[in-house]
Amino acid sequence: MTPPLLSIRDLRTYFYTEAGVARAVDGVSFDVGAGETVGIVGESGCGKSVTALSILRLIQPPGRIEPGSRIEFEGKDLVTLGDEEIRHIRGNRISMIFQEPMSALNPVFTIGDQVAEVARIHAGLSRRQAWDRAVETLALTGMPAPEDRAKQYPHQLSGGMRQRVLIAMALIMKPALVIADEPTTALDVTIQAQILDLLVHLQKEFGTSILMITHDLGVIAETTSRVIVMYAGEVVEQAPVDELFARPHHPYTEGLMHSMPHIGHDQDRLNVIPGTVPAPTNWPHGCRFRERCPYSWERPEREHPPLYDVGAAHVSRCHLAVEPERRNNPHAPLVVVEGVGAA
Amino acid sequence: MLRYIARRLAQAAVIVVIVATITFVLIHLAPGDPFSAVMDNPNVSEKVRETLRAQYGLDRPVPEQFVKYVNSLAHGELGWSFSHDRTVREVLGRALPNTLLLMGVALVGSFSLGILIALIQVARRGSITDHALSGLTLFFFSMPDFWFAILALLAFTYWVPIFPVGGAVDPVMHEYMGFGARILDRLRHLALPAIALTLLASASVARYQRAALLDVLPADYIRTARLKGLTEREILRRHALRNALLPIISLIGLSFPALLTGAFFIEKIFAWPGMGYAVVNAIATRDYPLVVGGVIIGSIMVTVGSLLADLLYAWADPRLRSH
Repeated sequence: MTPPLLSIRDLRTYFYTEAGVARAVDGVSFDVGAGETVGIVGESGCGKSVTALSILRLIQPPGRIEPGSRIEFEGKDLVTLGDEEIRHIRGNRISMIFQEPMSALNPVFTIGDQVAEVARIHAGLSRRQAWDRAVETLALTGMPAPEDRAKQYPHQLSGGMRQRVLIAMALIMKPALVIADEPTTALDVTIQAQILDLLVHLQKEFGTSILMITHDLGVIAETTSRVIVMYAGEVVEQAPVDELFARPHHPYTEGLMHSMPHIGHDQDRLNVIPGTVPAPTNWPHGCRFRERCPYSWERPEREHPPLYDVGAAHVSRCHLAVEPERRNNPHAPLVVVEGVGAA
Repeated sequence: MLRYIARRLAQAAVIVVIVATITFVLIHLAPGDPFSAVMDNPNVSEKVRETLRAQYGLDRPVPEQFVKYVNSLAHGELGWSFSHDRTVREVLGRALPNTLLLMGVALVGSFSLGILIALIQVARRGSITDHALSGLTLFFFSMPDFWFAILALLAFTYWVPIFPVGGAVDPVMHEYMGFGARILDRLRHLALPAIALTLLASASVARYQRAALLDVLPADYIRTARLKGLTEREILRRHALRNALLPIISLIGLSFPALLTGAFFIEKIFAWPGMGYAVVNAIATRDYPLVVGGVIIGSIMVTVGSLLADLLYAWADPRLRSH
């Protein structure tokens, strides 16, 4: 069996803030195989983006990756790699697509320059060669009239076009792994679909692995083969995509699925998970989801659940795995819903 | 674009006229006139002074003098300088290149030095170097121009006499020097006033540039640059500086008046034969036409300078280029 392309073990990324130590990513482990598309899903503040930034060592002070964390990629541990070597990996072997196509491009350089820059650094191409390569890559992303567009500045392009520029920038070196952090959130729906199709298409063409980070289960269903659900800095469930949608185990995953609006269903109001993700400086003791959970009992209060095996390649961080009968009598969650009850 | 420039030039003309009018009124309101201030000689009888005043039309009411002055301005004449006994145009024509030289050197020097200091500070932000340079720029930023200039004069022409005391050239020997020696003589005279003005002006540039760079660094496109695998140095010099220069370009326009008045003080102290030197002396001698003429030229320099800075800004920011 070939080792996975990316193997993350016990990743802990903490931020040393004045309010205390924010344990944004707190012991995360998962693998991404070559050519595989893995999804990470969760609410804002669950640690998805920090996980992504940690892989490329883009965590800025006061944040840091804690010693003992391991991120193995192509036989190297990215956590302990020298600055020079990690720079050789960024944009070259691992690249990233951000969610803000508006602000992720430098307003004072042409988009051709910005895409070509990656090839200039990593492939040692001349200005002219890099420019030609940039135009080719822009064409691959479906950019119309790429020669002319390359001479334009970001403000002259629509949001969808800018996202194509970011994708071209991410793919120009044909990296082994592309991390897409909410790549479609800022775009309107038809453009979203186009961009997702493009990513799936390019992935097949280049054999690139994709780590798709999103809060949108629709995006997960459409693009990924395996899903990691994160909550409060931890992996709470992991399963192949079909398995997860057919048999969600963790109450948090269940809640996420319930909260998806369905077309054709007459719904007066959205089903939402009550409450919000707790503060990362102060994760609850025991199960971190218990205050928002409709099944919680005394065991999750006492005991932090491990990842239980709950099926084929399916793990869940919930004590329901060993006390399944608890699922039969849901109750109101502990959390005080805003505007209801006393403070 | 041409329409924009034309409109700005028209605005500049209005500003110059207003400034000239105010200056004309103010200097005439000041007590004394050319013949009481300069010819402070008991042997010159009041009768003679009266005659001279009548000759130059200074006995006429101020509004009438103003109309006459405007009339001569309309014919392109700046008037007659009493104290130099030459036309104002000739006096300022000789002084202007010296001022432009001093200001030009200080402008280029202060912006280069200021930007360099800011880059060093931001590359080592939070370090001792950063704090030390911040203290130093604050020191120069708060320092009154004239005081610093006097101190520099005292230090480098008296205590450690490595520079000449004043003037643009050696008053006696310059005439007898060869070409190379003349250039060297000019540079030696230029050095101290230019360095003083540069240091003073670079402090504010460094402070603004540092703040502008720190403003830009959290931007998403800087993260993108990091993600591409660029070194911190490349990120700072290419991606951050290029954006952080934009506010500094508008600072060039704003710093023009300060640099000009700074140059006025510096010129007076170093006896640099520029416009500032001429105008400050003209105020003391109530040389009305020279004062107003100097102010007109100064205000033209300021308005044109700020127009050039705005055009440079529009050229440097692609988001404004198309408009």
